[in-house]
Amino acid sequence: MGNYFNENRKFLLKFINIDEVISELENGFNENGPESLNNVEEAWKWYGMVLDNVGKIASDFIWPRAESVDKNGARFNDGDVEWADGTKENMNILAEAGLMGGTLEKKYGGLNLPLVINNLIIEMISQADASLMNLFGLQDIAVTIQKFGTEEQKDRILPKFATGEVSGAMSLTEPDSGSDLQTVKLRGIEKDGKWYLNGVKHFITNGSADVHLVLARTEEGQNDGRGLSMMLYEKDENLIVRRIEEKLGIHGSPTCELQYNMAECELVGKRRFGLIKYMMSLLNGARLATSAQALGIAQAAFEEAVKYSNERIQFGKKIVNFPAVYQMLNRMEVEIETSRLLLYKAALAVDEYEMFEKRAARGEIARPELKKAATLSNFLTPLGKFVCTELSNSIAYDSLQIHGGVGYIKDFPIERLYRDARITNIYEGTTQLQVVAAIGAVTSGFFFNLMRDTLDVNISSLKGEKEQILRFVIEMEDITSRVKEIDSKEFLDFVANYLIEMASVIYRLALYLPVAEKFPEKRELFKFFLTDSKGKSAYFVSRITALIENYGSEIGVLKDTFLKN
Amino acid sequence: MKKIIVMVKQVPDTANVTGESMKEDGTVNRAALPAIFNPEDLNALEMALEIKNLTGAEVTVITMGPPKAVDILKHSLYMGADKVYLISDRKFAGSDTLATSYVLSEAIKFLGKYDLYLAGRQAIDGDTAQVGPQVAEKLDLNIISYVQNLIEIRDERIVVEKDSDVQTEVISGRIPLLMTVTSDANDPRYPNSLNMLKHFRSELQTDIPDENKSRYEKNGWVIPVLTIDDLGIDPDKCGLGGSPTKVHKIKSIVLKGGDFTLFENNAGGVMGLVKEIVKDYSGEN
Repeated sequence: MGNYFNENRKFLLKFINIDEVISELENGFNENGPESLNNVEEAWKWYGMVLDNVGKIASDFIWPRAESVDKNGARFNDGDVEWADGTKENMNILAEAGLMGGTLEKKYGGLNLPLVINNLIIEMISQADASLMNLFGLQDIAVTIQKFGTEEQKDRILPKFATGEVSGAMSLTEPDSGSDLQTVKLRGIEKDGKWYLNGVKHFITNGSADVHLVLARTEEGQNDGRGLSMMLYEKDENLIVRRIEEKLGIHGSPTCELQYNMAECELVGKRRFGLIKYMMSLLNGARLATSAQALGIAQAAFEEAVKYSNERIQFGKKIVNFPAVYQMLNRMEVEIETSRLLLYKAALAVDEYEMFEKRAARGEIARPELKKAATLSNFLTPLGKFVCTELSNSIAYDSLQIHGGVGYIKDFPIERLYRDARITNIYEGTTQLQVVAAIGAVTSGFFFNLMRDTLDVNISSLKGEKEQILRFVIEMEDITSRVKEIDSKEFLDFVANYLIEMASVIYRLALYLPVAEKFPEKRELFKFFLTDSKGKSAYFVSRITALIENYGSEIGVLKDTFLKN
Repeated sequence: MKKIIVMVKQVPDTANVTGESMKEDGTVNRAALPAIFNPEDLNALEMALEIKNLTGAEVTVITMGPPKAVDILKHSLYMGADKVYLISDRKFAGSDTLATSYVLSEAIKFLGKYDLYLAGRQAIDGDTAQVGPQVAEKLDLNIISYVQNLIEIRDERIVVEKDSDVQTEVISGRIPLLMTVTSDANDPRYPNSLNMLKHFRSELQTDIPDENKSRYEKNGWVIPVLTIDDLGIDPDKCGLGGSPTKVHKIKSIVLKGGDFTLFENNAGGVMGLVKEIVKDYSGEN
């Protein structure tokens, strides 16, 4: 009997303050009924029970099925998609446990959880079976309808999501429109007061779902993002699933090619806002969820590495005793711990933005405050995805390395984890696109203010360490302004990932500083990360400096070797 | 099928026995053994909830035990039970199966008539498997014990598979009926998040301060407690006094490796077994 809601996950929750968010979600604790929460303590008690339950389900029910789900995968029979048996059982158990509407409002049968909590649920489920998250996480479809749909649409669809009676699909990608969604071609056609979808989508997770949100071109002649609207489609005979893809990993999640044949649908929200507003909101939710998925895989890979290195004996001792091995384990632990705190913080930023949005709607706060919350969540979401999905890959890589030859064959879970991790830094926006989304906050100076705010805490035992982090900030600020002086977008784009990596390191240091200050047993881990970061920071500064000196705005010449006519 | 009642019990977790599980004097060290929901009672409750899904029946859960047993009643609510009752009185302490079945059957009579009465096959502390059948006897109900599979429910009939060790019997019974359920019958569900939200504040009626009573009642957070006086039953038939079973002696036995011998199922094996028994009895070495 295991439980993924372990001490470490509980411990880090203490370092984010979501009490205000909870109060807003629960309407200021002013309601009185059997399902109303009356104060923050009650909320935490119940969240704890929910998380504990998920921790047990993930560990005792889902994990034992992960191998067979991976082996059998989702199947395609005569135009129909069938989940693997284990996937079906998993989805049933999660629905029975009432977890299919994590952030839906209670009136729709949802749990009305803060994103921080819901994201932790996703992380634990992903640790047990990453592919399950792709189906479980499609609750985001319902959340998007909750945000932008009409009352009638919400009443009709959301309760079915909350009970698990229906599942969703997010239908965006087309063969020629991947990262560049502005070029989507699938048509949304209005005829006699009704809307129809006509065209093809591909790489659609769970494309045979009952409820789709489809990005469609409704404005003929308008060929950019402003010609796109978001359509709600409920499956009927006018949808054809043409095939499902054979993928490297996440075999439990069917990836479909879809053809909509004048399939009747409804508009969600306003025309033309499909991509620029609604889908961006949906994608941001999906990015947080993918970060949690990646972190879950990383946790599983780390635990497998610890387990195996204690079982395997070579040269007369457990391999965990070899410095080359425990060095890797040490890095994994530090990366996971600090990134988890970053992800909690990113989810909190989205929670807070939504709280401010509601307050702004009531006229309680001013525009600038809302804008600041938006900037923070629009920075931390891609930063979190950048960090978590890349570390998921590198940790799975190292864990497989620790397993040696047996890691490469299918006898141990690590080869599955290794394959599953590989998609996380590709879908819902590649790592490279996360850099594009995050870099603005660095060049605008927002990030450096955020760093100073974050470091504005009382520190007594780790004063020197705090000074060191401040020096990193100054170093980075300095190199950033040197990059800006070049005044070349090409150059900035070239070094943007270096800057974002630096930002991810020093921000995690700043977040973790109060943890290490308060808990002496965490200091070693913190100091290890700090020392490691010193090297990283110096490396990036010298790398960028060399690029400035050697190329500057001429950086484009580097592509000449590869560019074919 | 309209009403189902499930009898459950809180037991020490005997599956996780450690060196500290028994005290020097040979009694159970309850502090070292966490109290859990008797596993097969969870199977009985799961069956009730499956039938609830099929028929919309109301599921009531009762347990006889100390106030601490409220934990398994709350767990029952989290899984989806509609009503729960704690049958509790100091005078119930020390009850054997006869006294327990007396109290339970009287409590059920007090609560009303049900279509289906369910219990786990046996509890992991006493391992008697007697309480279910004794309750059936006292309530004059037909019984199917050792139910390992629910096949179907048709109007007034219920069809199940009964585990008879060497064979499986398919039995059809007419309600009202009592059944005891084995661990093969199903996988008990996990708690439901919304049910936890509805009931995590629920408390025994005796534990709720007066100033909160009306709010707890309005919100359905009161877990009723039934005592000897509430049930109006004979105290002489309850507890230690009502229990003809007397424990003669308790021995603390620690099994060591090599304490068992395996005999082949053939003539030579049987001879070996006979010799072993003779040796045991005569005290020869």
